[in-house]
Amino acid sequence: MKRRNGSNDSLLTKAGGELDDRFKLAGPARVLFNKVFPDHWSFLLGEIALFSFILLLLSGTFLALFFEPSMVEVTYHGAYVPLQGVEMSKAYESSLDLSFEVRGGLFMRQMHHWATLLFMASILVHMLRIFFTGAFRAPRETNWMIGILLFWVGFFEGFFGYSLPDDGLSGTGLRIMEGMTASVPFIGPWASAALFRGQFPGTDVISMIYIIHVFIFPLILLALITVHVALVFIQKHTQWPGPGRTEHNVVGFRMFPNYVMKQVGFMLFIWGVVAAMAGLFQINPIWLFGPYEVSVVSSASQPDFYVMYLDGLIRLFPAWEFRVPPYFTLPAVFWPAIAGMGLSVLLPLVYPALERRFTKDRGHHNLLQRPRDNPGRTSLGVMIVVFWVIGAVSGGNDVFAERFHISLNAMTWAGRIGIVVLPIIAYYMTYRICLGLQQHDREVLAHGLETGILMRDPNGRFYEVHQPLAEPDEHGHTELEYNGWVVPKKMNRVGALPPTDRGFFKSIEEPSDNGAARDEIESGKH
Amino acid sequence: MSAHNDSARDEVEPVDLSDPKLTRFEVYKEGLRRDDIEIIHYEPRYPKPGTRLEKRMERIVGGLFLLSGLFATLFVVAFIWWPWEYEGAATWRDPQTWYTPVIGFTLGFSLLFFAVGVLTWAKKLLPIEELVQDRHDGGSSKEDRRIAESTVDTIVDDMGLRRRPFLVKTALLAAAPLGLAAVAPLGALLKDPGDMYTVTGWNAERYNDGDPIRLMMKDGALVRPDMVSAGGQITVYPAIDHGATNQFPTAPTLLIHLREADAATLRGNLYPMYQDVEALWGNFVAYSKICTHVGCPASLYEQQSQRLLCPCHQSQFNVVDNAAPVFGPATRHLPMLPITVDDEGFFVATSDFLVPPGPAFWNRPSLPEEDEK
Repeated sequence: MKRRNGSNDSLLTKAGGELDDRFKLAGPARVLFNKVFPDHWSFLLGEIALFSFILLLLSGTFLALFFEPSMVEVTYHGAYVPLQGVEMSKAYESSLDLSFEVRGGLFMRQMHHWATLLFMASILVHMLRIFFTGAFRAPRETNWMIGILLFWVGFFEGFFGYSLPDDGLSGTGLRIMEGMTASVPFIGPWASAALFRGQFPGTDVISMIYIIHVFIFPLILLALITVHVALVFIQKHTQWPGPGRTEHNVVGFRMFPNYVMKQVGFMLFIWGVVAAMAGLFQINPIWLFGPYEVSVVSSASQPDFYVMYLDGLIRLFPAWEFRVPPYFTLPAVFWPAIAGMGLSVLLPLVYPALERRFTKDRGHHNLLQRPRDNPGRTSLGVMIVVFWVIGAVSGGNDVFAERFHISLNAMTWAGRIGIVVLPIIAYYMTYRICLGLQQHDREVLAHGLETGILMRDPNGRFYEVHQPLAEPDEHGHTELEYNGWVVPKKMNRVGALPPTDRGFFKSIEEPSDNGAARDEIESGKH
Repeated sequence: MSAHNDSARDEVEPVDLSDPKLTRFEVYKEGLRRDDIEIIHYEPRYPKPGTRLEKRMERIVGGLFLLSGLFATLFVVAFIWWPWEYEGAATWRDPQTWYTPVIGFTLGFSLLFFAVGVLTWAKKLLPIEELVQDRHDGGSSKEDRRIAESTVDTIVDDMGLRRRPFLVKTALLAAAPLGLAAVAPLGALLKDPGDMYTVTGWNAERYNDGDPIRLMMKDGALVRPDMVSAGGQITVYPAIDHGATNQFPTAPTLLIHLREADAATLRGNLYPMYQDVEALWGNFVAYSKICTHVGCPASLYEQQSQRLLCPCHQSQFNVVDNAAPVFGPATRHLPMLPITVDDEGFFVATSDFLVPPGPAFWNRPSLPEEDEK
């Protein structure tokens, strides 16, 4: 290929030419630059998780430079006076040193923790968005399953992460995990002995979960995230229905410059928020908890929020222990912890297949559904959210009981009854609300917008004037098809109210020149 | 080419790239055409370049970038020169109190200013555009599939997978143990749990040459009856090497001095197995501190209701009824440690716990009395 020599040969062109000579990039790069992305705020929720993950890798690397995953007993002689002379593990000592004696160490620790919470929270919210809009449907079931796996790997990655400092709170978490592990039929005690290299807590568990936390799970997360994002790219993003949007096209803007600039801005924004939070808001003050001792615990020992629902289920589940003949035991904790977690992994994984089976809908779907247009799925989703929220609240029921002066037992019973009854009520109510919203959409399409203008006819009857959305027939009806997208519900949505003046202190509105300048721009004329 | 292709792509004619009169934009549009993209709408954000509004936007974005740079500089300066070393409790007047907030604030706002700058650039200065691209959803073309099939079949035939079943079978036969060999090293992690759940630090045969083990407090002080007043309780550990450390996680025990009436109630309720070994000494009773639910210390003692509460999952145990569970998810009583007082006036454990303390597990041995309750 011969390069053109002419006035266009800028430095950029030259550099591009050199690169293309070597890597043959011109074609693929153009495809990448031109790729069209649909735009909607709800498509950015997953990005928050991605950007938090990058921040987690960076801050985690800093922490790994100073943290020592060792359970060797040492006597603390560091800067924090109240713990001086206390026996503790090397892991806890180095976590304290990170907080008190490493420049910026506390900031990095808090950044790592806040980024984790944001990572898990954004995965959850992103997952809800995918679920309620039906974005998991064919051809995207694989990516939904990868997303579910990402959540659960993140769940254990986070749990192991806050177990590492070996403080009083994290030891309590491991203690509960040991109790859960031992409850598994047949293999429980062996699994526990393998994890703790003998009896809990032993002296090995911190170094074991350290290698999982800093190497194995991050690697899995990185691999899964790469595939997840690549699949979004290859399968092309779903889009909301709208004018000109079909199952077979993507309407939006180009990857470069528009999409990439917004992404970079959004990433820096997320990082900025987390950095500011890390500096301004305290989280996990491990020096207050002391070293882990099996005989010490304080009330208000709560796990991080994404573990709380599981802890809540364990609190709520009745004391049902079964004897299995001839002489085995199935402990009560098995049901909420092991069976409950198993179902929490399995059900979301198979949900797309289940929905396919029951709706017999085998088509490809690239247009999203508004939640109201699939009341069954939406109600199921709300039901699960209510179940999860009651579980999470019950995970902190001792705190609620203490703060609001409620009986602890009453909180437990409220949770036990609520977690059975409220999801059912939530299902019914959501279903009715969805139907009501659907009906109102149709009403507006048939009769027009409510204007808020009340009239009185000669007979004394009051009625509200409706603004039809199209030319009405002789009965005042409009035959408009619902196309799965937002129906305007207010007059200013159809331009009845002029836009307000721009400018903060004084008007910066300029007189329109009727778009004369537009003609200078080549644009597709359709 | 996809079967359902409803774009107007075919209407757009390819341009002749050798035409010297082509504008840059026309060449660019040819690229879009080749990627099945069509412009629906494309216009500059500001019809007339250099208007006041546009200039104002440029100033805002530039200002945000400068602010970001300023805050980043402040961050680096504060990170290096702000006093940061922890010197014990400090008040808000001491600068080191502000180290973390200051570096968080400066770094955070540096990032935020840059972010808002880039976002404003993208939203207020880039052209207004809307484009539509063909999705090409739904698998490859029939031709491509046919070619791929033939390719795979050729590969399979070249290897002779169908003609040489012997090789396939032997390979599979070898692969199974080979897979096992890959995971076998993980077996190094396995360790026989043995009696780790059933033998505690109170086992005199193993930890004290068969002599009864005394009760001690965290600091090693041996426990005498006069050290706990009626209605009081202390945490005790076996008086052996490292008896009060995490090496003996199932040993921590709660020694309670009951009031006379409560002790009488307990004696009336006592399980036969505890009656047989005379588990109580006077009005003193010792319960395992490790919750039988999942093993947190059940350490909150409520004197009024005579309940022990585990703060992890709110299991509650009735102190005057063998510490049987009365609320919450726990299913078993807290095992009682049989105690007495030796010649020198110190508490000793007359034996290990009669049933394993701590959470239940699959092969947990239990006594008939337990199952009755």
